[in-house]
Amino acid sequence: MTLLDFLNFYLVPGIVLGAIYAVGAIGITLVFGILRFAHFAHGDMTTLGAFVALALVGTGMNPWAALPLAMIITAAIAIGVDRTFYDYLAKRPKIVTVMASLGVALMLRSVVQVVWGVDPTTYASGIVRPNDYFGILLRPRELYTLGAVALIVVGLELFLRRSKWGKAMRAMSDNPDLARLSGVDNRKVTMLTWAIVGALCAAAGFMLGINTEVHSMMGWHLLLPMFAAAILGGVGRVQGAVLGGLVVGVAEELSVFILPAQYKAATAFALLLLILLVRPRGLLNGKVL
Amino acid sequence: MALLDMKDVRGGYGDADILQGVSITVAEKEIVVIVGPNGAGKSTAMKAVFGLLNVRGGQIVFDGDDITHWAPNRIVQRGICYVPQVDNVFREMTVHENLEMGGFLRSGDLSAAYDRIYGLFPDLKAKRRNLAGDLSGGQRQMVAMGRALMLEPKLLLLDEPTAGLSPKYMEQIFQITRDVRDHGVSILLVEQHAKQALAFCDRGYVLATGANRHEGTGQALLADREVAEMFLGG
Repeated sequence: MTLLDFLNFYLVPGIVLGAIYAVGAIGITLVFGILRFAHFAHGDMTTLGAFVALALVGTGMNPWAALPLAMIITAAIAIGVDRTFYDYLAKRPKIVTVMASLGVALMLRSVVQVVWGVDPTTYASGIVRPNDYFGILLRPRELYTLGAVALIVVGLELFLRRSKWGKAMRAMSDNPDLARLSGVDNRKVTMLTWAIVGALCAAAGFMLGINTEVHSMMGWHLLLPMFAAAILGGVGRVQGAVLGGLVVGVAEELSVFILPAQYKAATAFALLLLILLVRPRGLLNGKVL
Repeated sequence: MALLDMKDVRGGYGDADILQGVSITVAEKEIVVIVGPNGAGKSTAMKAVFGLLNVRGGQIVFDGDDITHWAPNRIVQRGICYVPQVDNVFREMTVHENLEMGGFLRSGDLSAAYDRIYGLFPDLKAKRRNLAGDLSGGQRQMVAMGRALMLEPKLLLLDEPTAGLSPKYMEQIFQITRDVRDHGVSILLVEQHAKQALAFCDRGYVLATGANRHEGTGQALLADREVAEMFLGG
């Protein structure tokens, strides 16, 4: 196998997949860091976002033009889910919310299956040939995916570092009691967090859908690699989630060298176990919850 | 009239009353210290002022308003800021960002407020871009006080600001407390280092088992034999 073959058939697909995991893992790490629970409905919220985009594409929109709109709609849905379910459990032990999120996951999936059915579908049919960039083969959708992920990550970082409410989110993640003493409104931060998490879910779901296919179990299967990425990078760390996503994505693609291809999904699990054994706070020293 | 008037307050975190009737007043531009043995309810009394307690009896009046059952965020906006004993900075944010969070409720240009804080704590100005978690204990306490002062409160509550600090830093924190008072802020603080605190405050309260035991000027309490024997280790 030549170096170019390695790049084109293993590394590039791994990076594209990893970039999608990264967007999902950022959402998980934000919920973990700010709201302090493991959000098991994250995968199915991703599925829902992908189908919201599908509905928009069905009206004749260009898929990439539908993405921002799908992000806004899913953000509103995420806020609604929080208000309808998690908000009532805020004063109870966090494990109650964790289990409730598992229930929400099943509900979201059922809604998707009732409305759109269980058959796989796509945003755009037809075979797209990749373009050749100095020997590296990239389809336009892969290029757009990488560009969109970069835009999302940079935009989110700028928001968290520079803006008043971004700082309030970091403060809430850092020291919730002190943030409240400083007058930060917990409810507003919670709502803002869900808006961002919902938007990220839609982005991850859409990008997975456009690079593979759209089906009702897609998000559920994303859950393990996304959690592995978030924990690998360090809980509460946005940059960690990006790094973790890329590591998990590339590792899954490379795993076929040593394992049969059907064990690809187990790679994330193996990585998760390894990091918990060796460096439980993650690569970038995340929180201990 | 006193700025803060706490009358016969009873209450606790859960169902049991930790405070069995505590009365404390703080006048404008006064430094008042609460001392007492462990478990006397010193910090609890201070938390009651800040709305962090289930108050079941008595009344807390601040600047003419009955704040007995107000939520902390409303109390903050009314002009009382609280510096907890532990976890009182945002460790993963810079010194300057900590101050920004302190001024979260304020709008408009805050540069005068930053200048004022950096004037009070010159050490912090040089470290403004460092993460608060990387600072020494004394500097961290300064960040914590600076954060609380960003809202320009009328009353500052300090929970054991010198706990775990070296004598040098303790003296510095006391000096800063006086400077803050000289800017027109009243201060109520809880102290473990009773002798030093009574020597520097205007008035003091000695609490025991959740109730007032003694009160008076710092000097008078230091001279009181009973206080000395019971709480100050002779």
